[in-house]
Amino acid sequence: MSDTSFVRTEMLAEQDPPPTSVGVIGWLRANLFPNWWNAVLTVLCLAAIWYVLSGLLGWTLRSVWTAGSLSECREVMIATWGSTHGHACWGVINDRWLQLLFGFYPPELYYRPILALLLLIAALAPVLFADKVSPRFLYVTAAYPFLMPWLMWGGSIWTPVGVAAGFAVAYLVGRAPRGAVPGLVLGILSAIVWWMAWFGFPVQAEVLAAGLGEGLAAISPDTAPFWLETVESRKFGGFMLSVMIGVVAIGCSLPLGILLALGRQSNMLIVKAICVGFIEFIRGVPLITLLFVASTLLNIFLPPGTNFDIILRVMIMVTLFAAAYMAEVIRGGLAGLPTGQYEGADSLGLNYWQAQRLIIMPQALKISIPGIVSTFIGIFKDTTLVSIIALLDPLGLSNSIRADTDWNGIYWELFAFIALLFFIACFGMSRYSMYLERKLKTEND
Amino acid sequence: MAESIHDTVVEREIDRRKMRVSDEVAVQITGMNKWFGMFHVLRDIDLTVHKGERIVICGPSGSGKSTLIRCINRLEEHQTGQIIVEGTELTSDLKNIDKIRSEVGMCFQHFNLFPHLTILENCTLAPIWVRKIPKREAEETAMHFLEKVKIPEQAEKYPGQLSGGQQQRVAIARSLCMRPRIMLFDEPTSALDPEMIKEVLDTMIELAEEGMTMLCVTHEMGFARQVANRVIFMDDGQIVEQNEPEEFFNNPKSDRTKLFLSQILGH
Repeated sequence: MSDTSFVRTEMLAEQDPPPTSVGVIGWLRANLFPNWWNAVLTVLCLAAIWYVLSGLLGWTLRSVWTAGSLSECREVMIATWGSTHGHACWGVINDRWLQLLFGFYPPELYYRPILALLLLIAALAPVLFADKVSPRFLYVTAAYPFLMPWLMWGGSIWTPVGVAAGFAVAYLVGRAPRGAVPGLVLGILSAIVWWMAWFGFPVQAEVLAAGLGEGLAAISPDTAPFWLETVESRKFGGFMLSVMIGVVAIGCSLPLGILLALGRQSNMLIVKAICVGFIEFIRGVPLITLLFVASTLLNIFLPPGTNFDIILRVMIMVTLFAAAYMAEVIRGGLAGLPTGQYEGADSLGLNYWQAQRLIIMPQALKISIPGIVSTFIGIFKDTTLVSIIALLDPLGLSNSIRADTDWNGIYWELFAFIALLFFIACFGMSRYSMYLERKLKTEND
Repeated sequence: MAESIHDTVVEREIDRRKMRVSDEVAVQITGMNKWFGMFHVLRDIDLTVHKGERIVICGPSGSGKSTLIRCINRLEEHQTGQIIVEGTELTSDLKNIDKIRSEVGMCFQHFNLFPHLTILENCTLAPIWVRKIPKREAEETAMHFLEKVKIPEQAEKYPGQLSGGQQQRVAIARSLCMRPRIMLFDEPTSALDPEMIKEVLDTMIELAEEGMTMLCVTHEMGFARQVANRVIFMDDGQIVEQNEPEEFFNNPKSDRTKLFLSQILGH
């Protein structure tokens, strides 16, 4: 009889798996104690985690929450535990948390940054959760870049309105001629002319008077409607400043990065050379150097007497820095697309910008989400570097808090609080990117 | 390039009533040359395609047949000579190129569907953005053509959820939604499993029966025999022989053609 011949006469019934391979016991066995060596490692790891956590939690929780100074903190610690070792003094946070959040922003005007933050959430919601939030919120998104500076710095509403109107003029003029290039050039020129007319001449009051009735012109700026008390840039600080710089850099670097990435792939030699040169130069220079350029060198080049706000300068530099990295991340996404996608779009008669917007970018950006969000997180944390040029971000503030005799010598509590603030923001971004990746996953990949 | 060769027998009766060739010229290529770098890939191509013609282009790998039809909608740029499509000459003028592309449909070996869009969105995208047709109307047209290629029930799915044959039929429907006057097929069945080739060929035959002008690069000799009114054989970037299918297969003139046919039909 041959061994290769076999016929089953009776089919086997289904049986339960052995109890040691399912349930809690099965899980413990598979993950923690598969053999004696792994069991030893598990116990050692648990002991190490316990050691670290017991020290950390003890320090965090057995702590002093109300104290006006470090010495007061120490007195309470001695009275309660008999030692100052291993106890946190959260009194400093209790005492200075508003300052860590807002810097030296006038306390009676705190409602303005808070309102700006709430509006930021309303402006981001339709962008981040397009499927859940009404598209009507996009009006908030469109208005936000003009509203935010007005709320934060104050002044006349006619400043942001004038800036916004410049964009509207550019759009309307840019639509008029046929062809993209003349439209772009004309649009930009008309906007510049508009802004020069609006801000360059001291006739705003008269323009207003003509537009809104003569009564308005008689009112002094301080009492004019929609006038907010101005707040100088040097009073800005704290986490608020980090968020402001971070949001602007994140919001502007993505579109700029897309354009740079496309420019780098372009057939047009000069466009390509400019983009490559820009990207490589910015990536080859430390951010701190760029910040020093923003804070000191720029003044040398600008005409004397121009007052170009330091925070605005820093925002521009951080944005350019982030854009260069963004461009490379997006280029990676573009490289990941098969040429068939370009050919498919071309063969249907879509022009370059339509193909980019409808076919190429949605896919390239989707591939690049992890890299894009990493860049966002990196740039948000890099905003703490502005303390080098004497802007009072949270780290800069921690120095000035220590300069106060009350809190001289306190480090860990301040850094822990600042770390917590940054962690919440960065962890949020990280989670959002994972949510987005899941949402965009079509079933073919 | 691996090119599997199939000779799928087309079993159905073919309706030749509408498959008449008119005198009007759809594509006129004269003295066209193309180089890839230093490599002379297309040499002195002269080809006139009349409205309603079904032309099958065959030839060995690297003979330039794909490049030839890709020149017709300028996915490849030719260097010398003249290509006139539906009365418009292909030059570097972007407007002309986009106009010609919107009137010339193309199906690729690897379908090139857009994976981030549903089947319906794949079909309505170009009509909405290029032809500026209202969305609802574009969707109606898309459903009409999806029914024609017999997969209306897949409209809400994504390309990755469909089989290769279904994807290629969607690609055909997507091209048809632009109401093209000419259809180019670049090895539409070469990437398909044998059992899916027939469904794609059936769709192409129906298209031929409706009088569509078609240029197909394919190794489906059964299709060529039954549907084509002209078979072109290319080798080394040149048109070596062209004839009616009956004559081409039964009585090839050139040695190269004989060799090629013996290789693909010899087993």
